[in-house]
Amino acid sequence: MDGLQPLIYDIGAPGRVGVNLPEPDVPEAELPTELLRDDLPLPEVGELQVVRHFVKLSHLNYSIDKGFYPLGSCTMKYNPKLNEDAARLPGFAQLHPLIEETGAQGALYLMYELQRWLGEISGFEAVSLTPAAGAQGEFAGILMIRNYHLDQGEGQRDIILVPNSAHGTNPATVTMAGMRVRELPSNDQGNVDLDSLRAACQGELRDQIAGMMITVPSTLGLFESTIHDVIDIVHEAGGLMYMDGANMNALMAVVKPGELDFDVMHYNLHKTFSTPHGGGGPGSGAVGVNAKLKDYLPGPIVDIIEEEDESGAPLYGYVMPGKSIGRIKAFQGNFGMHLRAYAYIRVYGDTGIRDVTRYAVLNANYLRAKLMQTYKLPYPRYCGHEFVLEGHFDEVEEVHALDISKRLMDYGFHPPTNYFPLIVPEALLIEPTETEVKEDLDAFVEAMESIAEEARTDPELLLNAPHSAPVRRLDEVRAVKELILCCAAAVPAAGD
Amino acid sequence: MSYIPHTAAETRQMLAEIGVGSIDELFDAVPEAYRFPRLELPPPMSEMEVAAEMLAISEANDHAGDYAIFRGAGAYHHFIPSVVNHILLRGEFYTAYTPYQPEISQGTLQATYEYQSMMCALTGMDAANASHYDGATSLAEAVTVALEVTRHKRRKIILSHAIHPQYREVVRTYHQGRDIRIIGDRGRGDVIELVEMLDENTAMLAIQYPNFFGQIDNIAVLADAVHEVGALLVIVANPMALSLFRSPGELGADIVVGEGQPMGVPLSYGGPYLGYFAIRQKYVRKIAGRIIGETLDADGKRAFVMTLRPREQDIKRERATSNICTNQGLMALSASVYMALMGKNGLRRVGELNYHKAHYAADRIDRLDGYAVNTGKTFFNEFVLSCPRPVAETNRALLEEGIIGGYDLGQNYFHLEDHMLVCVTETNSKDEIDRLVEVLGGLG
Repeated sequence: MDGLQPLIYDIGAPGRVGVNLPEPDVPEAELPTELLRDDLPLPEVGELQVVRHFVKLSHLNYSIDKGFYPLGSCTMKYNPKLNEDAARLPGFAQLHPLIEETGAQGALYLMYELQRWLGEISGFEAVSLTPAAGAQGEFAGILMIRNYHLDQGEGQRDIILVPNSAHGTNPATVTMAGMRVRELPSNDQGNVDLDSLRAACQGELRDQIAGMMITVPSTLGLFESTIHDVIDIVHEAGGLMYMDGANMNALMAVVKPGELDFDVMHYNLHKTFSTPHGGGGPGSGAVGVNAKLKDYLPGPIVDIIEEEDESGAPLYGYVMPGKSIGRIKAFQGNFGMHLRAYAYIRVYGDTGIRDVTRYAVLNANYLRAKLMQTYKLPYPRYCGHEFVLEGHFDEVEEVHALDISKRLMDYGFHPPTNYFPLIVPEALLIEPTETEVKEDLDAFVEAMESIAEEARTDPELLLNAPHSAPVRRLDEVRAVKELILCCAAAVPAAGD
Repeated sequence: MSYIPHTAAETRQMLAEIGVGSIDELFDAVPEAYRFPRLELPPPMSEMEVAAEMLAISEANDHAGDYAIFRGAGAYHHFIPSVVNHILLRGEFYTAYTPYQPEISQGTLQATYEYQSMMCALTGMDAANASHYDGATSLAEAVTVALEVTRHKRRKIILSHAIHPQYREVVRTYHQGRDIRIIGDRGRGDVIELVEMLDENTAMLAIQYPNFFGQIDNIAVLADAVHEVGALLVIVANPMALSLFRSPGELGADIVVGEGQPMGVPLSYGGPYLGYFAIRQKYVRKIAGRIIGETLDADGKRAFVMTLRPREQDIKRERATSNICTNQGLMALSASVYMALMGKNGLRRVGELNYHKAHYAADRIDRLDGYAVNTGKTFFNEFVLSCPRPVAETNRALLEEGIIGGYDLGQNYFHLEDHMLVCVTETNSKDEIDRLVEVLGGLG
């Protein structure tokens, strides 16, 4: 069975090593033979072979550096090269996480400033940088809400309201925190249905409502004009408001969630603040809170331990908030992502950060205005940083959003997000980001128009797409049935 | 405008196409009273100014580029071949998203499949996922898996006190909303004491290998005892130690987790790292996180795809066992490239270098007056050193001589006041070690 590139286990030869290592410069100690393993089934490949192997693999990937990546909800903006260089400075890359605070004043200063800036951008009083990803920020946020109610003597509040348009992480988070989800329907505008919300908050469950999770702008890319009412209704019932900050690229210097009266939100530094997605991670999911939840933040967080005096700079150090939900990962968060976000915010500064949002929203509305001439636009209003189309055509029923997406690959584009949000049939969620030039947006529009034409004249082109990608559509059922999860050569011979 | 490419003319054309006069009109739905707040941020900076500032901030840290470092305790300064960073810097890898569209993501998918394979090889297991956030969260996820495998009928989780203190904290944070009992971690017991805690209500028992103190405990008997009561054995292992020592699979582990950072990932002040997660394949449907599997495309060509997807949060929503979405994709790639370069023979040699150098250092320091190395058990590249003075004081003196000393164990273990966890890796030259011995001797 041939693939595009042989597996690392299928190249190389016995005895080959890909790295030049030194001889021991100390006397050799006796090895405890009885505790040692007999076999280490790793590949045996030369250095240049390894380089070529991974370079060839890299050619099989689509990436932001290669082309337009309008993947809704993921904010695939340019990842500045400056930040990559900064992350590799020895003072950052070779800094041990358990160094004394006095030996990490540079790093602590940077984290302190980033906490402050993120707080300022979102209107929150305090920020913890420890969550490793957005989903971990959510988990921290929901645990904070849970523990807040416990401390108020209201431990029976264990229901978190979640709109049916929410990211899957929202309901999964609630369960993980040991709480219960109650899903809320959306109205025909894609907003939370206020009547259902009132019914949930004012009915018999009233004193069981712990809070609500909501994405702003919504996962449809729309600003909910009734957001104030939503927040008020939940607060009146005694619940707290969690904002999923995945769509913060539509809000910077446009509105501060803290001022809207949200209690807690997470940020995705790998979306809004340009840290690279890395083929699936690392993320970084700082969490911000108002005064009510400040003491519950996951720690440690950075604070000034000794104020600045005549002798010089203040001393930064770690503190564990008084009622902290605890530590949610080892050490202090994904610092390598913190410093990239710091450099990113530093570039735009106070006068520039709003432009990120303004041009992200301009690009999205431009695409919306162009594409609504060819595709169904379920919510015909100005959008935020993204918008949703319906990826199907009345006259060719066999063509689905997935087929349009796969065909886009042949035109050299990454597809939009498919089938999310779940409340729109055949959803294509499109987010261009602010870093794209008009020429590329126009080229994408042309490709989408031409695909719509093909759907009518030659639907097979779509149904069998992609035609020019490295591989054709995959047999996902086979993957589950056969369940081959590692190379046979890596696994010790059968029988435990 | 920094990374925003629009010209004024283009902006005008685009606004005309949308049918508005200005960008700001697009924000009409935002409540007016709150629209367009002023932000108290520093002013914008050019690229070269930011680069200079980043350099200045980075230099205000005591780092392993300037100091000889003898600190580990969960994060290790190992040699990283140049190839690793060059592959990592390929935009095709680091500016790609999660491989949800497999036709144009085969690079990430195959590299991750190879990562899973090499983690299986190291741990002696037959399945691994595409990684969790870090070693601590991998252990927390292992608890969830153990509860699932034992169908939530068992409520006891036994954790050795010799598991990294921060990992144990994270497990407690993760599971505070659940009705379970975590025991063992606040004692001082050895492996035998942990075995005595086992009963029919135990879902899992976890130990660290080598343990937090760098020692290889005698765990040959552990698996049978754990399996006898129907619980799972979870081993938290340093992958670098697995280059030499018997694999957890061989020792009967059901789940092997740990911090993958020693495999080609720089210290980076604690992250991003990667939590590896390997398991017996019979349990693989119970685990969280992304898993890459092999399959065929429509032409019968071998290809890779994210598989067992219905376990994940975006499909299963409130019925998912974890909300995890990302994996540490790029760090898994580092580990992949690192393990491929080192290979069967190179990794073993790195392991041996660690072992020899650590033992050389321990032997020399143990001869100093006032110092004693705990040599009661086999150790890999870390050992416990009893010091004649408080560790903080010793470390201050070492720092003045250009040395970052060991981790102060008294911070986490009352009975280990004035005890330092010393780490020696292949990066520490004999000269550095001799210098450490000399300075410690001068303090004694």
